[in-house]
Amino acid sequence: MVTSTSLVYLIALPLFGSAILLLAGRRSDKWGHLLATALSASSFGVGLYQLSQMLARPTEERAITQKLFSWINVGTFNVDAGLLLDQLSICFVLLITGVGTLIHIYSISYMSHDENRRRFFAFLNLFIAAMLLLVLGDSYLNLYVGWEGVGLASYLLIGFWNQKPAYATASKKAFVMNRVGDMGLSFAIMIAFATLGTVSFSGVQEASHTASKAALTGIGIMLLVAATGKSAQFPLQAWLGDAMAGPTPVSALIHAATMVTAGVYLIVRSNFIFDAAPTAQLLVVIVGAITLMFGALVGTAKDDIKKALAASTMSQIGYMVLGAGLGPAGYAFAIMHLLTHGFFKAGMFLGAGSVMHGMNDQVDMRRYGALRKFMPITFATFGLGYLAIIGVPPFAGFYSKDAIIETAFNAGGVKGILLGSTALLGAAITAFYMTRVMVLTFTSKERWEDDQHPHESPLLMWLPMAILAIGSVTTGFLFTRGHALVNWLAPVVGEHAEDEKVLLQPVVVSALALLAVVIGVAIAIRKYQLSDVEKVAPQNVSFFTRIARKDLMQDSFNEAVFMKPGQTLTALLVQGDEKVVDGAVRGVGTMALGAGSALRKTQTGFARSYAALILIGAIVLIAGIWVVTQ
Amino acid sequence: MTFEAPVLHYSILAPILIVLGGALVGVLIEAFAPRASRRSSQLFVTVASLVIALAALLRVRNQVSVSAAMGSVSFDGAGFLLQASILIIAILSVFLIADQENFTALAAAVPGSEEERHSLQADLRVTEVYPLTLFAVAGMLLFPISSDLITLFVALEMLSLPLYLMAGLSRRRRLMSQESALKYFLLGAFSSAFFLFGIAYLYGYSASITFSGIQASIVGGSGNDVFLLLGIAFISVGLLFKVGAVPFHAWTPDVYQGAPTAVTGFMAAATKVAAFGAILRIYYVTFANAQWQWKPALVLIAIITMVFGSVVAISQRDVKRMLAYSSIAHAGFLLSGVIALSKSGLEASIFYLFAYGIATLGAFAVVTLIRDSAGEVTDLNRWSGLGKRSPLTASVFALFLLAFAGIPLTSGFIGKFSIFSAAYESGNTSLLIAGVLSSAIAAFFYIRVIVLMFFKDSVEDGTSVVIPSALTTTTIAITSAVTLILGIYPAPLINFIATFATFVR
Repeated sequence: MVTSTSLVYLIALPLFGSAILLLAGRRSDKWGHLLATALSASSFGVGLYQLSQMLARPTEERAITQKLFSWINVGTFNVDAGLLLDQLSICFVLLITGVGTLIHIYSISYMSHDENRRRFFAFLNLFIAAMLLLVLGDSYLNLYVGWEGVGLASYLLIGFWNQKPAYATASKKAFVMNRVGDMGLSFAIMIAFATLGTVSFSGVQEASHTASKAALTGIGIMLLVAATGKSAQFPLQAWLGDAMAGPTPVSALIHAATMVTAGVYLIVRSNFIFDAAPTAQLLVVIVGAITLMFGALVGTAKDDIKKALAASTMSQIGYMVLGAGLGPAGYAFAIMHLLTHGFFKAGMFLGAGSVMHGMNDQVDMRRYGALRKFMPITFATFGLGYLAIIGVPPFAGFYSKDAIIETAFNAGGVKGILLGSTALLGAAITAFYMTRVMVLTFTSKERWEDDQHPHESPLLMWLPMAILAIGSVTTGFLFTRGHALVNWLAPVVGEHAEDEKVLLQPVVVSALALLAVVIGVAIAIRKYQLSDVEKVAPQNVSFFTRIARKDLMQDSFNEAVFMKPGQTLTALLVQGDEKVVDGAVRGVGTMALGAGSALRKTQTGFARSYAALILIGAIVLIAGIWVVTQ
Repeated sequence: MTFEAPVLHYSILAPILIVLGGALVGVLIEAFAPRASRRSSQLFVTVASLVIALAALLRVRNQVSVSAAMGSVSFDGAGFLLQASILIIAILSVFLIADQENFTALAAAVPGSEEERHSLQADLRVTEVYPLTLFAVAGMLLFPISSDLITLFVALEMLSLPLYLMAGLSRRRRLMSQESALKYFLLGAFSSAFFLFGIAYLYGYSASITFSGIQASIVGGSGNDVFLLLGIAFISVGLLFKVGAVPFHAWTPDVYQGAPTAVTGFMAAATKVAAFGAILRIYYVTFANAQWQWKPALVLIAIITMVFGSVVAISQRDVKRMLAYSSIAHAGFLLSGVIALSKSGLEASIFYLFAYGIATLGAFAVVTLIRDSAGEVTDLNRWSGLGKRSPLTASVFALFLLAFAGIPLTSGFIGKFSIFSAAYESGNTSLLIAGVLSSAIAAFFYIRVIVLMFFKDSVEDGTSVVIPSALTTTTIAITSAVTLILGIYPAPLINFIATFATFVR
């Protein structure tokens, strides 16, 4: 393995920025955002340099490592703080720093009226550093540090406007639900150490050939739990909608393009475990399939533009998880969809931010309409992202989503048909709800108040949107030309075996997918473009719409199944603690206090009695030694 | 008849001689320098002689394991470490002492007399505390490297006499301060008598006053065991008095409370290092072969000391008295390092002494900051809500309390862990159990103070945190940094101690 000394700069630059901005405090208000943006951009520059170096090396020498220091060295447990940059992590590095830098630029303008803009940029830089550590760590333990770091940054940024209690609650909810997932990751690490004796990626990969299937399945399931928490997958998906409380650039960067895809990274990175543990792998596809439907259905009923996009993110990550669960055939496609999604979803979130910027922070799509005329650039960039996500050729999403649907059909047997149909149905619903967003916002009749004056956003905001839109158009074509991304990732995730038996020819799948899209778009246009939309969401709707509006009852479910019993249990434990444990402690305390007060009386304050005490002590000491000696 | 000129090994004795020289210069300054410049020149001379002494000590660190001054002093690795600890603590203590607010205007004036009133009006300041400190430090430096009983006794008196005086120098509550000084002196004299008595018995037993001579007699086993027994017992009384082990502890709370706080900090930290240094040497080198006779009694004293100190501390209302009982409990923990009689016990004890000394000094430094119009506020009830008014001061004090309680990420945890594991390795399970239990009790009152500072409403009675002078700030910053660093990354110091900690026989 080639070693390097420059990988650490990728992380160190944004980390340094975050430290400077936080420590310098208000003194850096004037230039803090510029420094943060510059450092994020330089990190992107280092990433590009690493890519060029990597391309210059032969395939087998492309992965490079850097040992930072010996971190834990206890008995047989040795962990180095080390970094690993290979074909998989470079994709993430460029996505994180590239999209991250664009969003830094966007935020300069978007947050310009916020008096805490410097703090915002400090947290953004912190996030970039933690996310880079997550994808660059060479062991599960190093990954875990980054994993917790992005969790912290996400918590801080969701609750950035924590003067509003609802936002503070949202950040707390995200944090707590993520803890459930994080526990999965720590269990996975513990099982790996207990059964395989190592936690480094290379060590676990080597040991996975000889390890028992039970251990690998256990690790796999725990990693899946971790992935569901961080990536908002079923059943830990409930936090993502509330996470939209954060400023919109945060939603674009953390809760669409990068952090929420960490679960997919984790699964693809652990391909050697899932390939050897079919049960865990099956669970992965089930989770992916359920979530992609779940998110899509929730998306159809949301009137808040950011929540609709959040539901869509959940659904699209469901596609990625589904792809990652299909084994070597799907890993590369999962990553491809992740990257294209990073472009078009970030672009759409920034577009949503731009719309909110022009509409006095109004987020209800029922109060939008006809914004095409007022925000042509936002409309164009958002529209390109829209075409990409619903999968219209030749936009990026078409290539990546199509590949996953096709691979799902080819999984074989009933499983293949079920997964493929689900993915196809999901594509139709995606087309429906995204068209709904598009129509309600840009093309239907005006429904806003007279005192609102929609206007286009400034250059610093639309430029990043335009660049991301270009990505949404081109990346799909670039990644698939000559199987570029599949071949690139092959050394990490395994060779992509060509299927012998093909259930459906690629052409047929593409045709079916396009048909699904057309149906979805048509229904949405008929319902929202061609008929009037009410300004307030109607209440006399079907049972189905009602529960979809309530996120398919996810919160009620969590409350009934986890929160209420949990609260009861806590109350019982508190009672037990107060009566039994505290009772005992208080008893001991009272006893000790009593003894102390009694013994305190020996402290009379008279030198004569102290001297007597010394004399008695000396006599007892002599007697003691005497007794022992005899 | 021929005389041999004594060979002294000046380089080995240099640290002590430098400190004594500084003290003498201090006396001359006191006598001849104009009053206005006295304080600054005293401070300069004191700090300079301590720093030069430390440099001289570091210069000879590789000449360890030699005996000097005709065999009355043994300079070895452990001696080097102990002397270095004493000098570092002394320098930091002088910074506190330099904050002259705490000292009386005219120590010789009767409290409440006309003379005192005049001296206060004239805004006089005592400066004799500096040479007194240096004399005490010289005694402390000699105490742990003495290798015969006469030198040991001289060192004991050398360090004690200045401390008796210093305890009486408090500016506020002078009666209490003078009472404590007198008590300390009377009881110290009483225990010195025991100590001398012990020397006589040991001489009677072995016809020798050197540690090695007595050790040879114990190994030979030819003497009268009753003399040995009485000798060990009486010497122990003298030494255990100095460290404040139960039942020879009674002076500790009164003196800690009455003495000026800066002096209390110096006394609590530096005296403990010196006295335990001497105890370690005499038990490890001289009495080790008689361990079956004294060990059970010392185990009992250690256990009683830990438990007594921890239990009584709970019911204290005064922060200085609480710290006094806490120091009694710590003396018990340290005794388990003595009883271990192993290299790991020695290393653990030296680490513990340094870590505890630094934390103690820091804690007393913080106490000097909490004041009202009448001086320092030591009533714990009036500390309530301190964390809300002065979060930094309260946090630093909380750090020291956590270190005393032995909570991880502080030096106290590493110290307790190593000293208890040394006790366990040497087979003293009863000490381990008593140690852990009394640590748990002790944690109760340390954490109670933290709760009081951070979670109770503050009282509005004029209690405030003064802005510390630069010197006090230095002491607090260094002590808290060391306490934290030794808790997080103790390996360098532990390794350093491990390479040096041996006794030459």
